[in-house]
Amino acid sequence: MVTAIEVSDISKQFVLRHTRSLKEAVVWLAKGRKGDLSEKFHALKNVSVEIDAGETVALLGLNGSGKSTLLKHISGVMLPDTGTVKTRGRVAGLIEVGAGFHPDLSGRDNVFLNGAILGMTEQQINDKFDDIVEFSEIGQFIDTEVKFYSSGMYLRLAFSVAVHTDPEVFLIDEILAVGDEPFQRKCIDKIQELARDGKTLVVVSHDLDLVSRICDRGILMEHGNVKFDGPIHEAVSILRA
Amino acid sequence: MSVISTSELTTPGLGGGLRDLKQSSFLLKLLVRKELKVRYRGSVLGLLWSYVKPGVQFIVFYVALGIFLGLERSPKNPDGLANYAVYLFSGIVLINFFSEALGNAARSIVMNGNLIKKIYLPRELFPVASVWVSAVHFFPQLVVLVGGCVLAGWHPNPLQLLAAVAGFVIVALLATGLGLLFGSANVYFRDSENLVDMLLMIATWASPVMYAWSMVEQKLGTAAFAVYQANPITIGVELFHYAFWFPTTDGSAAMPPNLFSLWLPVGLVVAVVILLLGQYTFRRLEGRFAQEL
Repeated sequence: MVTAIEVSDISKQFVLRHTRSLKEAVVWLAKGRKGDLSEKFHALKNVSVEIDAGETVALLGLNGSGKSTLLKHISGVMLPDTGTVKTRGRVAGLIEVGAGFHPDLSGRDNVFLNGAILGMTEQQINDKFDDIVEFSEIGQFIDTEVKFYSSGMYLRLAFSVAVHTDPEVFLIDEILAVGDEPFQRKCIDKIQELARDGKTLVVVSHDLDLVSRICDRGILMEHGNVKFDGPIHEAVSILRA
Repeated sequence: MSVISTSELTTPGLGGGLRDLKQSSFLLKLLVRKELKVRYRGSVLGLLWSYVKPGVQFIVFYVALGIFLGLERSPKNPDGLANYAVYLFSGIVLINFFSEALGNAARSIVMNGNLIKKIYLPRELFPVASVWVSAVHFFPQLVVLVGGCVLAGWHPNPLQLLAAVAGFVIVALLATGLGLLFGSANVYFRDSENLVDMLLMIATWASPVMYAWSMVEQKLGTAAFAVYQANPITIGVELFHYAFWFPTTDGSAAMPPNLFSLWLPVGLVVAVVILLLGQYTFRRLEGRFAQEL
């Protein structure tokens, strides 16, 4: 199999800095560096993961176990302190849908803006625009400013743009709770369709029943370490135990 | 599937700096358009604010400096500057462009923090988009300036028009470089944007916008004047004076010596060096944007 994501031995330390002002930093230096200006903790510690193209992987773990941080390293938003991350093909994140939406722009403008932010070209967006609108079920409201949208409409449009970006690797962070029941089902169907098409999926979710339906492999994280890596059902049962 | 197997394993999150902007030109265009649409949302005057503000600024300075402090040439004041209004306005439009570009670029990374934290994209886009937006706002002011010049009997030659382009390019490069520098520093220390506000105030007065360069030379002497002259904004403003103000006068006013042979290249070099420095700093700092924002 071809490797899609190769994470080798990465560690990431977060600095919990308490100050955002130059004055406090200077005062701290002047006092002979007394006390700690910052606290550190390991968000990821010697994590190695290899994911093949076409795999569907769930990252599981309690809050603060480092799942989302790992996902951010794969997307390139964060860089590791040590170790390397490599990916093959285009990676797109369905990470917090609507991050790139602007409330004062119309739905149409936002589709273009968000599509471009997620790495689509003008041509690709033009080609897929009708599909995006149709999938989102926004209909005639596409030219209304999104600040007038209901939260469900907003999420539907954002999700719709994201699933139409067509990358090789999809990163999905806790966004499967989109809209009402029927739309949610539609989203899950779409994600399963992507998996069938041979896309690589990496999903972070606390909905264990859902991820066991979508994913084959589960990686269980705890305190920044990989605790278990194997079939999804075993990973889920360890987490539930 | 063939696409997947032929492409290489690459490290995500390592951008190519400003070079990436070429591939992201479509996104850059959309970001600029968004800023332009969003800037004056919900205001009655809308885009007109971009002209009302410099217009009022111009009137205040003209009355205070030109009339009260006697910089304008008049029958009673033969030592003043001819066409002081054109002189003043040609400097003001350039300084306004610089102030807006740098002020917004310095804030752009923090302002777009939500996006930068979640999705990887070339982050240089944000400061560069700020400079573009300011250039769009600059353009109509330029039209007003040209209108004023024509009324004052403007007859430029091609070299003088070229001087305007050069002045604008120098200032735009400088604003981009400083924008990258302060924009990235602002993520770590929010003092950066206040520092920029202060610098912009100094920049307005450290260039011959309100007064004539010759006054500075008289007071400072040659050596200190050379330092004053090396400021790219000063050079930009003088190039603008040469392009817009000088051709409206009888040509007897003295322009700074060696403006083309020495100072124009100096201005360009300084601006490019600052751009490279800004880019270098930005790339050093951007790796930790996501966790610091």
